[in-house]
Parts: sequence; structure tokens; C-alpha cells
Amino acid sequence: MSDTITLHVARYRPEVETEPTFQEYQTPCRKDWVVLDALNYIKDKVDGTLSYRWSCRMGICGSCGMTVNGEPKLTCATFLTDYAPGPVRVEPLRNFPIVRDLVIEMSDFMRKLVQVKPWIIRADEKPLSEGEYLQTPEELDEYKQFSMCINCMLCYAACPVYGLEPHFIGPAAIALAQRYNLDSRDQGARERMDLLSDHTGIWGCTFVGECTKACPKSVDPAAAIQRYKLKAALSWFKSFLLPRGAS
Amino acid sequence: MVLVGGGAAGLRAAIAIAQSDPRLSIAVVSKVYPMRSHTVSAEGGAAAVVRPDDSFDEHAYDTISGGDWLCDQDAVEAFVHEAPEEMLRLEHWGCPWSREPDGHIAVRPFGGMKKMRTWFAADKTGFHLLHTLFQTSLKYTRVVRYDECFVTKLLVEEGRAQGVVAIELMSGQVRAITAKAVLLCTGGCGRVFPFTTNANIKNGDGMALAYRAGAPLKDMEFVQYHPTGLPFTGILITEAARAEGGWLLNKDGYRYLQDYNLGTPQPHPVLRSMELGPRDRLSQAFVKEMEKGRTIEGPYGPVVHLDIRHLGEKVIKTKLPFVRELCLKYQNIDPITEMIPVRPVVHYMMGGVHTDINGATPLPGLYAAGEAACVSINGANRLGSNSLSECLVFGARAGRAAAAFAANQPEASSAVLAQAADEQRRLERELLHKTDGRERIAVLREEMQQIMEGSAGIYRSGATLTEAARKLRQLQERFRNIALHDHSRTFNTELIAALELSYMLDVAETIVQSALRREESRGAHQRTDFPARDDQRYLAHSLAYRNADGSCRIEYLPVTITRWPPGERVYGK
Repeated sequence: MSDTITLHVARYRPEVETEPTFQEYQTPCRKDWVVLDALNYIKDKVDGTLSYRWSCRMGICGSCGMTVNGEPKLTCATFLTDYAPGPVRVEPLRNFPIVRDLVIEMSDFMRKLVQVKPWIIRADEKPLSEGEYLQTPEELDEYKQFSMCINCMLCYAACPVYGLEPHFIGPAAIALAQRYNLDSRDQGARERMDLLSDHTGIWGCTFVGECTKACPKSVDPAAAIQRYKLKAALSWFKSFLLPRGAS
Repeated sequence: MVLVGGGAAGLRAAIAIAQSDPRLSIAVVSKVYPMRSHTVSAEGGAAAVVRPDDSFDEHAYDTISGGDWLCDQDAVEAFVHEAPEEMLRLEHWGCPWSREPDGHIAVRPFGGMKKMRTWFAADKTGFHLLHTLFQTSLKYTRVVRYDECFVTKLLVEEGRAQGVVAIELMSGQVRAITAKAVLLCTGGCGRVFPFTTNANIKNGDGMALAYRAGAPLKDMEFVQYHPTGLPFTGILITEAARAEGGWLLNKDGYRYLQDYNLGTPQPHPVLRSMELGPRDRLSQAFVKEMEKGRTIEGPYGPVVHLDIRHLGEKVIKTKLPFVRELCLKYQNIDPITEMIPVRPVVHYMMGGVHTDINGATPLPGLYAAGEAACVSINGANRLGSNSLSECLVFGARAGRAAAAFAANQPEASSAVLAQAADEQRRLERELLHKTDGRERIAVLREEMQQIMEGSAGIYRSGATLTEAARKLRQLQERFRNIALHDHSRTFNTELIAALELSYMLDVAETIVQSALRREESRGAHQRTDFPARDDQRYLAHSLAYRNADGSCRIEYLPVTITRWPPGERVYGK
């Protein structure tokens, strides 16, 4: 294996360019290096003007999602040697406006996050003095998977619906709504249903399943959406048969 | 109110303020989106007394002896009393704490703790805690976030903190955010060292901001090395791996901790013993093993082995899934069948901005909480799982105290806006528009990190610290000649890296100066030329002040002792 590799990195500087271009860099290709290490090598030693986000370098903060050879990836968890002998193409995540170089604009997601009310909703709040809400390991398992989302945006980058219909609430936000709906301590499913049963909610999804394939944390947003559709359909059907608001 | 930092302490404070004073508007200014904050990386758990066989006094004693009697005992008492309620509150907010079969909260053992009191959410406790706090904070519309805004200066006028100057990364716009009180929750400074578990964003920002504004930094010589980091990446393998029963083995497969006054090996984990000893002692034992030639030579230097194979697949998959994921992804080994190579790694700063028990610094209007602050409950060595609880307890306390202070203050004076304009000109003149610099950011940063590792590591001496102080001064000089190649206003990460480096240089200096002046060995501060603890001279906190000429001056403040007079730290008995 050669000890260097070529990276084709997307550049976009809004003050000087009207559209993205590619720049070529040579970096070492070491066994332990991830794509992010190569970007850091470029930033530190070759070209300080390259901009991208990163922080924890252990796959948990969700900052460093980019498109690597066409696929959405966490660059801190994607080994360079998997792409040897190269070249490796590094671009910003798709389906988002580009701020600069590899940095995307994600405020749309931040707004959608609030819309799904991702907090515990209860009719009656138990005082702290009465201790914890009991929750068995089985009840925890009901929603646990959907609580693992790190908001890395890979699923939005992979989602063909979000690419065409930016109003679609999208995989991570729906999975998060489901995380609370399925939590035995929560009573807010009905409130969230109003938003999610809209055409920009679950019904927007055409079940391509790309989100689940892209997810680095095995959250399976596609399953969350399908489960939701079933529940929504059932409750709609029941309301038809029992029109006095039974559920 | 302005809060700087959106991790556990900052978000807990924001919610506390939102709940306490409906008139205050709350700005959370963070250089990353809050859910990217470094709290997210915490793994093992958060300590709070919950079981009937446990008591506040025992938690306090473990914390104080673990901290080698440098903790302020009034702060520790408040901490252990309030921690359970904070944990419960998180439970009510939806934190997915791991459970017993009957649905009650589960707790696990942890290093230096005599009872089981560490609440956990598998081994992603920090991640779940942070996301629960962040999502809950979204309920409060009065919490206004300034995401991806980097604070460059504290605005101080008429002797009190009145806001901050921040660069909005997206637009490059420099703006003044004025406030009646400022709370710093910016976390630690591990990136001052070359090999650390800390994220790229951990540059001691808040510490440097406070220091430059005249507030002292306390106990900065106390840097925690976590005994089990993966070589090369420095990724943390949580103490929970040892709490569940993992062993530390040298090259002969021998549980070497038995040679360091930490107890005798038992097949099952014993609290406050062997692998469940405190982090400072375990990291020091590694260095001694290395000196004896009993470590294993790896491609990135000497390591020992962390062996969890005997725990079995089921325990590893349910209690330590992230450990396995990290080993598989970054080390290409499966801990179910293979031993994990580990070495000590810089993990946590016991020191920080000097505050009282309510998070107030000596500068009126300025508050601090979490790792950025030093209250101090951690003394000379923090116990694992006390820091997440600290973020909650003292985040809430500081938030409430700052809100109460703000309620009685006039609006920010107009003079601060002139200060902010000066700061904008400084940023443009010294960095953004500067074209004649010669020094590369990464080169200076690496030199600083090497100086720190060589002089302020697990063992220190007067000679190396003196030399380090001299070299750091030179780096400060060279920093004036820094080269920026990026002159764009849009998401200029090179500008941010330069500002972070300048913060780290200040913080590094306070670490070295505080370590140089403390002529004793205590907890994480081990001087080869002064190997014993000296309560006569140093049962005291160091306070690092910035002089007008930029140099650092150290003063001392007595430790608060309430009920636990200084004694010997005994483990394994």
C-alpha cells in the first residue's frame, strides 16, 4: 500500500466563488488514520484556509458528517485505508445549503427539532420527593434505540424526500418524536401526532430506507416512521368508526 | 443573563434561571451547537447517594479523601446533599437511566467510591444527559441560543461583568451581547496537552476569559490523567470497564496494582481497591511499571492491558456497549475476545475559575460552573462520576445565584459598547487583516503541548517546570507573529484556532506556574523533588492572577475544613 493518498476536497468560499470547486491535496495514508485525520493534516500543515466542523473524534458529538466518495459518513469513523489507493472525494453533506467548504447550514433541522416537542409531556408532574418514575429494562428497551441519535445529519443527507421536499420533517426528528412517544414516562404522543400526521410529517416518507442505511448509530429512523404510520392509520380508522374521540 | 457554553452545566443553569426569574432573558452563547458540547463524551456515570446502605457522609468522605484533602468541605457537603435531587430531576426530564429489573434506578461501582452510587445510562451517560438537558431546554422559549458564536472577550465596566464580545461563525460578524451577569460554563482545557480524551473544542476558553478579566484561576496544577485511554487517538475507555470487573495487566499478565498499596487482587471488583482505586494513583502506578520495564511496547509508546474478556459477551454488550464499539471501530479489536491496550491520558482539569459555593467569582457579575470552574469539590484529584453531578448541582446553583444578582443590577452601561468596538478593531488588526505573520498555529500549538507533556505530566520537577515557564513565555512572544492565511469572514476556523491557541497559552502558563510554586506532592500533582504531602505549607488552594504585564502571580487561600481533618489516603484495606 502506498503511504500517501490523494484527496479531492470540495471548496466553496462565498466571497470569491459562485459555486463549489475541487482542490487536490496529498496526505499521508496511515493505518490508524480516519478521513478527519487527513483533513486535520491539511489544515495544520498545508492549507489553513480549509473549513470544516469537528470535535470529539470518537463518533458521539455528531459534528463531522461529510460526503465521502458519494456516501454520507462521520469522517472521524471512516478509515482512509478503506479508500486506498484513492483518490478520496470529500464533499459537504448533500441536501443542505453550503456555508463554506465542508460546512453545511443546519438551522432548518434545529427548527424542526423544536417542532416535535422532544421533551417529556405529562398531565400531572410527580414531585421529586416521590422519587423516580419506575421503568423496567423492557420499557427502556422500547424507546432506547431511538434515543441514540447524535443529530449528525447523515440521514437527512441520505434522504431523497428531504432533498426534494425541504418541508419534510425528516428522519432524525421523527425518530426523536418516537423516542418520547414510546417512553413509558411520557403522555405527549397525541400532541406530537398532530404535527407528524401531516403530509410534511410521516406521510412524506416514501420508505426508501436510506436513512437507516446511513445512520452511524443504528437508530433505524425508517422503522420509527413506519411504526408511526401504522399507529396514525389505526387511530384515523378508529376515529372513523368511533367518532366521539375514542382512541 | 449571558451563559457561555451549552454543555451540562450551561444548560442546567439556563433551565434553572428560566424557572427562577420570569423577567430575565437568557442567552446561551456556544461555539458549537449545544448537543456537540463535550459533555456528550462522558461515559461512565454520575454519582449521587441513592441506596439505603449509603450515606451523604460516605460520599463526602470518599470525595474528600479522593481529593487528598484539598476539597472545600462545605462545598462537598452541599454537593453530596443536592446531587440525588438533580439526578432525579434528570430522570423526570426523561434521561434514560439504566434500571433494575423492578424499574428502579440502577447504580454501579466506580473508582474511589466505597459504595455503589454511580447512576448510568449504559456507557453513554454524558451523551444521554446532554441530549436530555438540551431537548428539555427547548421548552423554554426565553432561552435564546447563539449557536456557533465564539466569545473573544468579557466586557467588564465599573468593576463588574456586563457581557461578552462574540464572533458569529456563520457571518463573521462581531457582536456585543450585554448582560447583567455572565456565567462561564465552557468546560476544561485538555487540548493544552498532546494526548487527551478531550474534544478539539476544549481549549480553556472560559478560564482564559476570566483570567484576562482579572478573576483568578484556582488549583490549576491539578491535571487528571485517566489511566485507560486508547493509544494514538486518546479515546477514553470508561472506568466502568473496571467497575464491572475489568483488570489492568502488565506485560507478564500480572495485576500490577497490587504492588502499589492498592489492595490484593480478588476475582470480583472490590470497592476502593485495586482497579477501583482513584485515577491519580492508577496513572502513577503505570509510570512506575514503565520504569520497571514491565509495560508493553506498542506502536505509539508503552501500554498496559485492560482485560474485560472474563466479563463475558452479555455483560459487555449490555453494560459496556460503547467500549466495545470504540474498540472495534478505532482499535480494530473485540474486547470480548481480546485485551485492550491502554495508557494514561489527560482527561480532566480539577482547577478552574475560582468561585464560591454559589459559583460566584471575585469579579462581581461573573459566575462559573462545571469543569471551567473550581468550587472546589475535586481537590487534588477528582473521583470518576463526580463531574457530571457537579455540572448539574453547581450549574443550577450558579444559575440561581447569577439570576438573583442580575435582578438587582442596572442595565449594562453604554461604555461597554465602546469596549466592544475596540475588541472588534483588535481582532481585525491583530488577526483577521494581518498579512505579515510568520508563525504557524499548528507549530506553536504542538510545541506548547510537548512542553506541557514534558514538564507538567504525571510527575513533575522544579527544574523542568522552570524551563517550561521560560519556553512558554517565548511562545507567547512568537504568538504575536502568528500567520493567518484565511482572511474570509465566513466560518473562519483558522481565526478561531488562533484565538483558542492564545487562550491555551494563558492557561498553560497558569498550570506551569501553579505547579512550580507548589513544593509538595498531593493527588494529581506529584513533584519528584518534593515527594511528600506538606499540610503545613500547602493545605491551601493556589490562585493564579494575571499581572498587568501579562505575567502570572500565585497566591494562596486556605482550604475549608468542616468535619474531616486531613488524614492518610487508604485504599485496598
